[in-house]
Amino acid sequence: MQLPDAELLYKSLAKKIQSDGGKNFSLIGIHTGGVWLAERLHQELAITQPLGMLDVSFYRDDFDKIGLHAQIKPSEIPFEVEGAHILLVDDVLHTGRTIRAAINELFDYGRPASVSLATLVDRGGRELPIAAQYTGIALELPVDKMLELKREESGKLSLNLYDKSIPE
Amino acid sequence: MKIHIKNGRLIDPKQCIDAVQDIFIAKGKIIAIGAAPDEFQPSRIIDAESLIVCPGLVDLSVRLREPGLEYKATLESEMEAAVAGGVTSFACPPDTDPPLDEPGLVEMLKHRAKNLNQAHVYPIGALTQGLRGERLTEMAELNDAGCVAYGQPDGLLPNLRVLMQAMQYASTFGFGVWLRPQEISLTNDGVAHDGEVATRLGLPTVPVCAETIAISNIILLAKETGVRVHLCRISCAEGLTMVRAAKQQGLSITCDTTINHLHLSDMDIGFFDSNCHLMPPLRGSGDRDALRNGLLDGTIDAVCSDHAPVDEDAKLLPFGQSEIGATGVELLLPLTLKWGNEMRLPLLKVLAKITSDPAEILGIDAGHLSVGSAADICIFDPGYYWKVTSSAILSQGKNTPFMGMELPGGVKYTLVDGHIVYER
Amino acid sequence: MINRNPQLDENGVLQHLLTTEGLPASILLHILDTAESFVGVTERDVKKIPLLRGKSIFNLFFEPSTRTRTTFEIAAKRLSADVINLNIAVSAQSKGETLLDTVNNLSAMNADMFVVRHAQSGAAHLIAKHVRSDIHVINAGDGSHAHPTQALLDMFTIRRYKRDFHNLRVAIVGDILHSRVARSQIHALTTLGVPEVRVIAPKTLLPRMVERLGVHVYHDMAEGLKDVDVLMMLRLQNERMKGANLPSAEEFFKYYGLTPEKLTLARRDAIVMHPGPMNRGVEIDSAVADGKQSVILPQVTFGIAVRMAVMSILAGNQV
Repeated sequence: MQLPDAELLYKSLAKKIQSDGGKNFSLIGIHTGGVWLAERLHQELAITQPLGMLDVSFYRDDFDKIGLHAQIKPSEIPFEVEGAHILLVDDVLHTGRTIRAAINELFDYGRPASVSLATLVDRGGRELPIAAQYTGIALELPVDKMLELKREESGKLSLNLYDKSIPE
Repeated sequence: MKIHIKNGRLIDPKQCIDAVQDIFIAKGKIIAIGAAPDEFQPSRIIDAESLIVCPGLVDLSVRLREPGLEYKATLESEMEAAVAGGVTSFACPPDTDPPLDEPGLVEMLKHRAKNLNQAHVYPIGALTQGLRGERLTEMAELNDAGCVAYGQPDGLLPNLRVLMQAMQYASTFGFGVWLRPQEISLTNDGVAHDGEVATRLGLPTVPVCAETIAISNIILLAKETGVRVHLCRISCAEGLTMVRAAKQQGLSITCDTTINHLHLSDMDIGFFDSNCHLMPPLRGSGDRDALRNGLLDGTIDAVCSDHAPVDEDAKLLPFGQSEIGATGVELLLPLTLKWGNEMRLPLLKVLAKITSDPAEILGIDAGHLSVGSAADICIFDPGYYWKVTSSAILSQGKNTPFMGMELPGGVKYTLVDGHIVYER
Repeated sequence: MINRNPQLDENGVLQHLLTTEGLPASILLHILDTAESFVGVTERDVKKIPLLRGKSIFNLFFEPSTRTRTTFEIAAKRLSADVINLNIAVSAQSKGETLLDTVNNLSAMNADMFVVRHAQSGAAHLIAKHVRSDIHVINAGDGSHAHPTQALLDMFTIRRYKRDFHNLRVAIVGDILHSRVARSQIHALTTLGVPEVRVIAPKTLLPRMVERLGVHVYHDMAEGLKDVDVLMMLRLQNERMKGANLPSAEEFFKYYGLTPEKLTLARRDAIVMHPGPMNRGVEIDSAVADGKQSVILPQVTFGIAVRMAVMSILAGNQV
């Protein structure tokens, strides 16, 4: 199937956030794809707060099934979460479980004034009451496929579809 | 009962016989070899085609755990195990509870064993009362009760003065003294050979010099007292060198090693396998190779099973806390054959180490197949390989480092005094 | 009779941590890498993460040790596990219940993990061999055999300060003979590619053939400390200070204690480590223990992250 161009989706996503007064957000990317997007947004929106990163491995609810990933990146939030307006950035929104884990971890750092979510692709299939405020595109995808964001050495982003081996 | 064993390959190391010959048994004795006596009417014919017919095996160390330690094993279970292993005569060490230091205890043991009508039991009496290493036992009385030699249990040699006097006293009557050489003050809480394996596993050690120093003391005292000494369970190459030199000087000294030490080294402890918790400890592979050669060249006179049944709970403990010992009376033949196969030796030479040679050390009329002698016979299939499993072993102790291994030599019949006490 | 490494399942996945010996470098490094991300957690205000929520971890201490037990307890609690501490005195053991009876009883209480400390070498192996297959065992010190989490936190500390293992000279000083820490350190260092590991001790405190473990033996501090990047001091147990191992603590300190003067023999940027608790004035001078080159307190901090890493990796490796 023909996947949309990730670069175009990113541009449209950035525009939506910008037109909503994106400057005031504190940005947190979710590893790994979300961090790539957040890095770009951080620059493009000229946000002064440093960029945060979350690896939600320690907060996942499927640890009993899949154990710990081989490579876990440390979470790093170099600003005060307490009272901040936070924009979480992830590449693909699906069941909502990753975002649940991210919000849980975020609250271990403090009590933010608000949390919003930006995602490049919303592929539906939600298992939790979670919604994105900013979305590049909404797509219907077969359940047995996994959608992943890739980054080339040049920094160019692209979307790839795989057969599902690990549940999100 | 008259028995005719036919078509078997008869091997008798003592008389240097290795030939297909029939044996004829009556009234518990071998009455003819080769041609049948006139008018011999056997009530049983054993066809030993392709089997070996040899003297019943003689084992220099089998612990029956009676009296006192019946939860580990009973006389019944271990006597049954012995004949299943082809063993028809064996010595049992004095370390029972109470120890064999009184004629009454020895008589009781002999009596109980005799009633079972299985293998012949030859008790080693305690050298000192209560094995405490202080006062001598009534060796002459014990001898009358049936003791064939006098010893101390593992690792409990009396101080040198007591030892010297015990040797002098024993030599007065011409008794033999059996000692396992190990200097207590160098043993401490040691459980493993002082080598790389113990270093890796962090196990307390028994250095080689604990054995060699004791051997040296015993040899010097034997020279001093003129006593006949048997060194039990030599474990190291250096000790062997000392025994060889003593023998060359004409000293009346013999020694044995165990089936375990003949095949295993400290490497076999692996990840704390408590079945390899033995005393003396399994030593380095160089020591093992020296023992294998020492048995071949006669420095080591015999190999024994060092049979020590241990209940399962006592082995399911951390290595250092687990009980010492391995079951083995049923493995004496297989592991001796394995040694012989690996050394490419003729059976005549191999079987001597578990028949005529140990019988000579014990000073008993056994371990040979002569006309007129007691019909103690082992018939086995040398080409039969069997797997060592809990159910294959009759001994109450299932503790052996060889568990799960395939070993050669299946005993088919065991005869004691002309009775078939085991057959399968 | 040769068994596969009892710590790994048939796919080479870590099921128990019993010793650092025989584990591939990849597993050791995975533990260190995972621990890095837990250091971040331990620096936050809320130091707890929900990873092992609902899991029961039993601290089975057959030998008293408040310190090690506490670090395991903190690590488990930060992972949101339920921790049950059992100090099983040796006397209770001798009253009839065997080690495996104790373990079986606790398994029946739905344990997920045992952290075991025992005075006998091989106790953790024995438990791992006989425990229900879904229970993971961590060796928190067995006799003189192994103390793998201590060695791993030491490796973590070394990597933090020296970055790479491949160009280091490391000296381990003191009672090697009785030290489970030293054995585990030696295996971890050689597995991770440290080219030169030295042990420095009098002959009464060295096990036989220790060089077979891949170390160079020194009896003299001046020689042994020359150009060393990392000094790992060992604790000298009280009972070894007098008697046949050593004449006195004073003489030991004079010849093998780490003083500021002796430290100058090592490289100028050398770090000094100690597994604790320290005997100041016996194996180490206070001026060194509290000095610039000491990383003894960071070791304690990292210890929690490393134990969190080991627990979460094991808990995640399902049978």
